[in-house]
This record gives sequence, structure tokens and C-alpha cells, in this order.
Amino acid sequence: MIPSTPVAADIQSSSAGSSGMAPLIELNEISHSFGTRPDLAARLAISFKLAKPTASVQAIDGVSLAVRRGEVLGLVGESGCGKSTLGRIVAGIVAPSKGSVSWRGKDLKALPPLERREAKLRVQMIFQNPYASLNPRRKAADIVSEAPRVHGLVEGDLGTFVDQQFRRAGLDPALKHRFPHQFSGGQRQRIGIARALAVQPEFLVCDEAVAALDVSIQAQILNLFMDLRERLNLTYLFISHDLGVVEHISDRVAIMYLGRIVEEAPAEEIFARANHPYTQALLAEVPRIETTKRGFAAIKGELPSPLSPPSGCHFHPRCPHAMPRCRTEAPRLKVVAAGHKSACHLNDAAA
Amino acid sequence: MNATVLEVRDLRTHFGQAKAVDGVSFSVARGEVLGLVGESGSGKSVTGFSIIGLVDPPGTIVGGQIVFDGRDITRSSREEMRALRGRRMAMIFQDPMMTLNPVLRIDTQMIEAVQAHENVSRMDARARARDALGMVGIPSPDERLQAYPHQFSGGMRQRVVIAIALLHRPDFIIADEPTTALDVTIQAQILAEMQKLVAQNNTSLIWITHDLAVVSRLADRIAVMYAGRIVESGPVSDVLARPLHPYTAGLIDSVPSRNRRGERLRQIPGMAPSVARLPAGCAFAPRCARADAACAQAVPLLTAGPREHRCVHPLPEFRV
Ligand SMILES: Nc1ncnc2c1ncn2[C@@H]1O[C@H](COP(=O)(O)OP(=O)(O)OP(=O)(O)O)[C@@H](O)[C@H]1O
Ligand SMILES: Nc1ncnc2c1ncn2[C@@H]1O[C@H](COP(=O)(O)OP(=O)(O)O)[C@@H](O)[C@H]1O
Ligand code: SF4
Ligand code: SF4
Ligand SMILES: [Mg+2]
Ligand SMILES: [Mg+2]
Repeated sequence: MIPSTPVAADIQSSSAGSSGMAPLIELNEISHSFGTRPDLAARLAISFKLAKPTASVQAIDGVSLAVRRGEVLGLVGESGCGKSTLGRIVAGIVAPSKGSVSWRGKDLKALPPLERREAKLRVQMIFQNPYASLNPRRKAADIVSEAPRVHGLVEGDLGTFVDQQFRRAGLDPALKHRFPHQFSGGQRQRIGIARALAVQPEFLVCDEAVAALDVSIQAQILNLFMDLRERLNLTYLFISHDLGVVEHISDRVAIMYLGRIVEEAPAEEIFARANHPYTQALLAEVPRIETTKRGFAAIKGELPSPLSPPSGCHFHPRCPHAMPRCRTEAPRLKVVAAGHKSACHLNDAAA
Repeated sequence: MNATVLEVRDLRTHFGQAKAVDGVSFSVARGEVLGLVGESGSGKSVTGFSIIGLVDPPGTIVGGQIVFDGRDITRSSREEMRALRGRRMAMIFQDPMMTLNPVLRIDTQMIEAVQAHENVSRMDARARARDALGMVGIPSPDERLQAYPHQFSGGMRQRVVIAIALLHRPDFIIADEPTTALDVTIQAQILAEMQKLVAQNNTSLIWITHDLAVVSRLADRIAVMYAGRIVESGPVSDVLARPLHPYTAGLIDSVPSRNRRGERLRQIPGMAPSVARLPAGCAFAPRCARADAACAQAVPLLTAGPREHRCVHPLPEFRV
């Protein structure tokens, strides 16, 4: 059987809505591995010789992904699958061990230093934990104005500039002389947003940016993201494990499992017609308020350790459709419908 | 209707000026699952700690009663509470490491837990521990007993903690956001196990969470907390389909799946008040679109059949 793998032509057709616009950021065959960083308990165990220090983790394994100008790409996956690592690579905080990142069609590594710095500034990151990501000893005004001052982006009066940044993020400028601990969780997340927006980025990587917030505050921050997208013409990589949030805010969605993208499609398509068995299992658990009590029907098995990922298709030990081939051969991401790619051997069998 | 296992009457637990819990009343019947929901700081955990007798100083129960199995345990001694906690009631925390000791093997910890409350041999205790691990879906429990907590994933650790809570087949369990930090597929597995186990043993369960979606699938009844009080309670499907209190309605409306994709989410303006400075009337008034002068007076608990609420202008039965 010869699997059909339309490649370049499809990337065009998949951007149907956005009329073939060039990607703002493109990842090309990115891989990244870490030497392991044991947690406290593990370090303790190693020092008591209860456990052995371990080898390296392949956090990202051959990921290609394009984010088009003006779109919101949702990135979903379970803990440890590599979402944050991929987000950091996109934001230029981490240099991948393999592969290339292009900004507006140009390989970042090939850019002259000044242009590269400029490109990096255009991509800003917003983190999950608004507590940890703000320096506790600096006033909110200084946190927000530091990067723009360093980069010479403040025109006119600094006080006025800071007030503008505060208002844009929905914060009262009267609070600007307070320290992070004097704000609520939602307000701290707004400071993080104000800080990111102060350098006039075009692209925001939001890493679990609403995960730590209560639902009513989460709604306020999601609304802010949607307003800012319109007003400032922003593009987002929106990382979240919350499918309800991703479904709401994303134009397209990519699903990750253990360092690989296993499915990618327009949001409506993926929520209506998920192709990959892992995506299907995830979607069965989208948090929805039910008005008739429904039990939980969970997929079996633990998340495998990224230290020793299963052979072939990483999902095979948990997959209800696994076949012998799945244990030996990693499925490639293939087009299954317009703009819809999935990495599962079942698609070959069906053809 | 089943017999009442736990009754909480007008519970008040304060931390100095902070009225963390201020007049909470509810009851749980045998085999019933109560979902206790509310935003962070609303007093859910303090309610749980009060029941189980683990309020941290300077926190004190300054009023009300906790009646467990017909007995007032509000002023029970530490020893009495410790005995009760092992055998009759158990609490599961969000962070499994609050229960587990990182430097002891799982079998050591579980055998200790069994022997603390029952006079059984080490071998029998070990067998009980193994069965409990099997019950919560841990594969090859015999081998896993010899592991240390760090050798388990977060989901597995939480299962061990649930297994420990179930060791003595308690009549009553309080679970404080035990799956909030876990991935959706692992959360669903644990909820499925939990649902099965409480049904089998006819255990009463209070499931504390801020996740309405979880409560809608797990609980029989729901109680919604705001600023130290229960503002609405009733059968879960009724409350979620037809909330009477504007805060409950606001919470439901801000869940993304309750909104049209891509549109602005309906949001509750402002934020929750500090429990150290609460107004005399309805604490939700500054954020409520229905508020008027009547809301500045203390709002009594109003009852309508199986439902209760604290709102002078409850929402009409049918909303659009
Ligand atoms: N600095 C590091 N050193 C060693 N390993 C790392 C490091 N950062 C991440 N990893 C490992 O790389 C893998 C991917 O981690 P990453 O943080 O990207 O996951 P994630 O999908 O963001 O997870 P979560 O949902 O828990 O945030 C994991 O196995 C993780 O343990
Ligand atoms: N140890 C403590 N000392 C002082 N205040 C506390 C303590 N524990 C809780 N509180 C206060 O009690 C209130 C309710 O807290 P909690 O029950 O933990 O809320 P929830 O579990 O609903 O998030 C909060 O305002 C919190 O600040
Ligand atoms: S490739 Fe095989 S194991 Fe992987 S998702 Fe498809 S059917 Fe399941
Ligand atoms: S009592 Fe008044 S302020 Fe409080 S929820 Fe009801 S209408 Fe709103
Ligand atoms: Mg992460
Ligand atoms: Mg709590």
C-alpha cells in the first residue's frame, strides 16, 4: 500500500480562510532534548542511592508547525508532553537542539544580530504562574516599564507611558506603585500581560495563562486576550491543557503527545471530527456542565514517562485500536481532510 | 431519604478579623455526594478542615455545631478527632505529599496507617494495603508497595492517597480539590474510580472544587460558597439548570463551553471581597446587576423545597 502524503500543496489549502497568508512563525523539524533535571524527591533518593540518575529526555521530537498572522493556534496536551518547551522555542527563550525557526519566512539563525533581537522582541511570552514570573521586590510600574526602557521604546513621559500600559491591560494606574504580592491572582496576570504588551509585540505565546485563575477571573482575562487580539492585531500560540478554553479561543488546534504533534486542524473541525484516537479520548473529557448526571469513562493507562517513551506510536499502550504495526512504526502526520492532519496508522488502513 | 451522616449548623470559623467561614449550614446523607464549589478564598477548605478537626491556629471555630453520626464533635479533643479521622472519616488533599512521607516506602506508610487504628498483624495489614491499591486501579500493587512516593507520577500518588483514605472504609470522606492539578485523562480515571468506590461502600463524600463541570458529573447535590457563606444549594441538576442566586448564574455563564465559540465570555465584573471586611448585607452586591437597597440588609437563608439560597431577588425559574 502506498500511503498518500500530499505535502506542500496542502499547507496552502489548509490556510483556506486566511487566503494563503505566509506564516508569521514557522517551526521546521524542531527537536529538543534535555539532560534530566531530577526533582527534589528524586535528588534525595539519588543521594540515598535509592534511585539512579537518569538519561536525557527528548522533549520535542521532529515538530513542524506554522502560525499564520492574526490567528490563534491552540496547543493542547497532557503534562510533560512538551508544550512549554515548544512555547519557549517559539518565543526564542530556548534554542532548539535541532531544526530551525523562521520569523516572517526568514531563518532566525541566519538573521544579523540586530534583526534577530528585533524579531525576538516581537514575540512575547505570558506564563502560567503570575506569582513566580513577577519579581516580588519590584513595583508593578517598574516591572512593566523595564524592557521598553532598556530597548528605547518609551516615547515621551515614562509615567504616562506606564499609565497607558496599565489601562490597556485593564489595571487601574493608581495601583502602579504597589508590589506584586499586593495584587490578586487575576491582577497579577494582568501585570504580566501589560509587561508583555509594553514592547509592542506582534505575537504572544500564552503558556497556561489562565490555568491558575478562578473561572470568573479566567473569563475576564480571556475576554482581555480577545479584545487585545482585535485592537492590536495580535497572533497567539495559546498553550493550555483545558480543552474548553482552547475550543473557545482558538482558530486552529494542534494536539501534542510526548513530544510529537499527533493532530492539527481548524478548531471546529477537530471538535466535530477528531481523527486521532488520543484526541478522541481527550475530547470525551472536555469540561462541560451536564444537566443530567453522566459518569466518567476514562482511557486506560498512565501517561508514559518521557524518559522511555513507548516504541512506534507513543500512544499505543493506551490506544484501544492499537495494531502490531503501531508498536514498531511511528505514524507520520498526514493530511486526512482539508487543513486537517493526523498521525495514525488507521488512516492508511482506511484508504 | 437516607439517614443523615453529617450535619453542619451555622458553622463559624474565624482567623482573627477574617471570617473565613461565617454561618455555614448543610447536611450530607449516607451515600450522598455533595459538591462544594466556589472561588478561591471563599472558605471551602476551611469548612473541610473544620469538620475534620484540623483548623490551623490562629483559626478557631467560634460558633455553630458539627454533628457526625448523631454526635456533636465540634468540641471533641484532639485524640477523639484523631481516632475518628482514621476510622470513620478521611480527608484527601490537593497535594498528595501532604499525606505521603517522601522518605518512606508506600508499604511502610500504609501498614502504619492500618495498624494505627486496628489491631491486626503486619501481614494482614500489608494484604489490606495491597487490596486497597488494586481497588484504586494501581497495576501490580505487590511491586508498587515497595516503591517510594517519588517513583510514582502525580496521578499515581493521588491514587495511593485515595487508597489510604479508603483503608478503613470510612463512612465519610472530604476530598479537597484532589484532581485539580492532574491531567484530564488521569482526572477522569480517578473520578471514575472514586464514583465506583463510594457507590459500592455507600460512603458519603464532600467533593471540594471550583470546577462546575466535575461537580455536574459527580455530585448529587451542590453547595455554592461565596465569601464564607453558602449562597445556594440544592440538587445538582436543578441548580445548574436553573440557578436562583445571581452568583451561581454568573459562575455557570463564565464557563467557556456555556458561551458561543470565539465570542466574549459573559463575565462577573470585579472580584471577590476580602473576608476581613465584609459588608453587613449581601457580600455579592458590589458585583451584582440585580442589587438594590434591599440587599444592604442581612439576607436570611430562604428555602424553596429541596433548594436553599440567600438572595432577596432570586432569578426567575426560567432564564434565557
Ligand atoms: N530544564 C529542563 N531540564 C530537564 N528536563 C526538562 C526541562 N524542561 C522540561 N523538561 C522535560 O521535558 C519534557 C517536556 O516538558 P514541558 O515543560 O515542555 O512540558 P509541558 O507540556 O509544558 O507540561 P505541563 O503541562 O506540565 O506544563 C518533560 O519530560 C520535562 O520533564
Ligand atoms: N491559616 C490561615 N490564616 C489566616 N487566614 C486564613 C488561613 N487559612 C485560610 N484563611 C483565610 O480564610 C479564607 C478562606 O480560605 P479557604 O478555605 O482556604 O478558601 P478556599 O478553599 O475556598 O480557596 C481566605 O480568605 C483565607 O485567606
Ligand atoms: S497509530 Fe496505532 S496506536 Fe497510534 S493512535 Fe493510531 S491506531 Fe492507535
Ligand atoms: S441579595 Fe441582592 S446583591 Fe445579593 S445576589 Fe441577591 S440581588 Fe444580588
Ligand atoms: Mg508547561
Ligand atoms: Mg482551598
